[in-house]
Amino acid sequence: MSISFTVNGTPRTTDTDPAKPLLWVIRDELKLTGTKYGCGVAQCGACTVMIDGVASRSCVTPVDSVEGAEITTIEGLSGPEAAAVQAAWTEIEVPQCGYCQSGQIMTATSFLTETQNPTDEDIAFAMDGNLCRCATYTRIRAAVRKAADSLEA
Amino acid sequence: MGELKPTRRAFLAGSAGLVLAVSLPRRLRAQSNAQTFVPNAFIRVAPDNTVTVLVKHIEFGQGTWTGLTTMVADEMDADWTQMRAEHAPADASLYANALFGIQGTGGSTATPSSWMPMRQAGAAARAMLVDAAARTWDVPAGEITVSNGVVSHVGSGQSASFGDLATAAADSTAPAEPTLKTSDQFTLIGKNVARIEVPQKTNGTAQFTIDVFRDGMQTVAVAHPPKFGATVGSFDATAALQVSGVNKVEQIPSGVAVYADDTWAAFQGRDALDITWDDANAELRSTEQIMTTWATAARDGGLTAEETGDLDAAMADAAQVIEAEYRFPYLAHASMEPLDAVIEVREDGAEVWTGSQIPTTDQATIAGILGFEPPNVTINTMLTGGSFGRRAQPDNQFVAELAAAAKASGPGNYKLQWSREDDMTGGYYRPLTVHYMQGGLDADGNIVGWRNNVATQSILKGSPFEAMIEGGIDATSIEGSTRMPYVLPNSKVTLATMDSRVPVLWWRSVGHTHTAYATETFLDELLEKGGKDRVQGRLDILSGDAGRDRAVLERVAEISGWQGVDAGNGIARGVALHESFNSYVAMVADVSDDGGQPRVHKVWVAVDCGIAINPSIIEAQVAGAIGYGLSAAMFEEITLLDGGMVDQANYDLYRILRNTEMPEIEVSIMDSSADPTGIGEPGTPPIAPAVGNAWRALTGETPKRLPFVRA
Repeated sequence: MSISFTVNGTPRTTDTDPAKPLLWVIRDELKLTGTKYGCGVAQCGACTVMIDGVASRSCVTPVDSVEGAEITTIEGLSGPEAAAVQAAWTEIEVPQCGYCQSGQIMTATSFLTETQNPTDEDIAFAMDGNLCRCATYTRIRAAVRKAADSLEA
Repeated sequence: MGELKPTRRAFLAGSAGLVLAVSLPRRLRAQSNAQTFVPNAFIRVAPDNTVTVLVKHIEFGQGTWTGLTTMVADEMDADWTQMRAEHAPADASLYANALFGIQGTGGSTATPSSWMPMRQAGAAARAMLVDAAARTWDVPAGEITVSNGVVSHVGSGQSASFGDLATAAADSTAPAEPTLKTSDQFTLIGKNVARIEVPQKTNGTAQFTIDVFRDGMQTVAVAHPPKFGATVGSFDATAALQVSGVNKVEQIPSGVAVYADDTWAAFQGRDALDITWDDANAELRSTEQIMTTWATAARDGGLTAEETGDLDAAMADAAQVIEAEYRFPYLAHASMEPLDAVIEVREDGAEVWTGSQIPTTDQATIAGILGFEPPNVTINTMLTGGSFGRRAQPDNQFVAELAAAAKASGPGNYKLQWSREDDMTGGYYRPLTVHYMQGGLDADGNIVGWRNNVATQSILKGSPFEAMIEGGIDATSIEGSTRMPYVLPNSKVTLATMDSRVPVLWWRSVGHTHTAYATETFLDELLEKGGKDRVQGRLDILSGDAGRDRAVLERVAEISGWQGVDAGNGIARGVALHESFNSYVAMVADVSDDGGQPRVHKVWVAVDCGIAINPSIIEAQVAGAIGYGLSAAMFEEITLLDGGMVDQANYDLYRILRNTEMPEIEVSIMDSSADPTGIGEPGTPPIAPAVGNAWRALTGETPKRLPFVRA
């Protein structure tokens, strides 16, 4: 079955098991490796990508459900919110092992695209679905705060 | 000091120990050419003026790339922006851990074992660059200065970059004993230099093992026995082979391997296998049954590990005797990157890409299975999505499965990819453990007797490192229960070593994961019963040579504004003090009762890890270690159901700490001139007892069975 969509602006077509999760199409077929496999059951958020602008768990998204969709991965992230988030992530030095951080950044970018002037509590809740086994959580919160503040400045 | 280090030092037995490759081995000199200056095994200076440090320890989040590179850069007087880092290859003759005798990372030793070798390597490189400049400019070497990566001679007005001097420096002789800086001369050590691999971990380009793709590579998923110790009885691969993308199925020692074109096909094929398992040698007990057996053993006591005074007499004379039993579950490491490895097998050797925590034995294991000499197995250590001990198996379990899967199929490229479920149910857990404690108080509330009986499974027993067990005592079982900093006049610590078929392993801070909780909450309870303040009461019984313990406890009391356990507004405070891996950590935690479970609002930490090479990374490691320890204390538990099946296969049932559950953390790092000590693990042990003590202040009861929140 042929399924077509765009990834980071590039048209892509795959002829594969329609039930295959988008995650494995992105990684194993397109070799876009910034999106990570962590759990396969939408519990950890390491696989987070944007589907038509909405942060989504690619590990439980059957590829046939994204026919015609616009998908953005960490490799194609752009715009003022993404720039602010990645700049804050670098300045605050959020990553430790780094494995979950693409997903964290996708979630943070999506959140700040939708939310102006978030409270600290808003930020923690927005990031609650993304696990970090290194527990970089305090720096994640600080980086989202910094990015939010920089977008308002 | 923690007992882990001298224990692991036994690795040194029969080995040459560290080879400081200040003088260049012949095979490395061959890499040195007109373009690149290779002063020693740790450093490459390229003509583009970049300086690459070959880091002998895996970078899996703890900051080794930045820390070890800082040591080199400071002694070279390099500019930080010219520094690069990459993993060293597997070669114990060049890259052995000075504390192990083989190449490996663990026990929070990467920094302390590298402190002198990396500085010497940097200082030697600097001397050789200076010598090259002196010869090139025909000026005395003693008049040459180096600063921020620029080599200068004021008198002649000459200056050059390291890259400019690379060719000439190849002809310099390495100094036998390079002069090292004194601490007042450090320019980068002690500063928050930019962490090297942050950019690639922020834009998705960092390459982990899972990101390695090779031409013609097949992805392998292995069906493992659902019970520990079970084996394959028989299997039918018909349905698996009908899955699109599945190429073949082979039985290997650890299970049934499915070879496929990609990960999804491998997982689907694996799920389609029809396997009958042989449970003849399987662990069939539930964790409740195991726990009950071990609790009895803890009450009975085991081999004496440490003893002072006359405990039985002291207890008989005590005005009050208090007892407590602590139960600790199996814990999974649950690193974000499930175990994975890639191998290319050729007729004459193999190349491996994986997060290797013990390259020397990983290399030997792979070579042995495939019939190669170890030097013909190249290991590329990859950035790794956490480990916390999981990738340091004494039996090299994971790469053994990789090699067996490759061997069963023949030459080619293979990625062995464990699913989250494989990783979670695959054992190698922090051992289930029971502590039985007794404490005696005199009429004035002073502690006159202390009994700590530990019942747990040995990590070392049955492993290739079994020889490190001395007198029946595996130090990793009781470290932290012995050599406490307090004066306990009549005390006895015993160990009952228990058996199960559940494989166990070191888990961030190893024995300290349970000993710190048992000792620091029980001590706290005795201080309360004796009418003592929990900080002052500890200070009063710290031994005279526990100066560093005392200093961190006083510091944490100061920064938290300690006034006792009641912080008002429904918040109680708990304190804990615990040294591990030669680093000293004290914590105060503010905790409230949130619907019957602890909510941790803020944690203050004082840490003494010697010279603080990079305070920002230390702060990050301590905060992360608190998150890791708090996660386990609050939520984590692997249980075996009746019949021996693991009940938790993914993060839905094995709950780990999330962002909203992470407290605010304030870290104070002690000024020190002592040699640096480890920081990857020491932040983990004190958090659980600090929270447990606060919980007792709130409710009257220390949680005696972990985790605090049980499903």
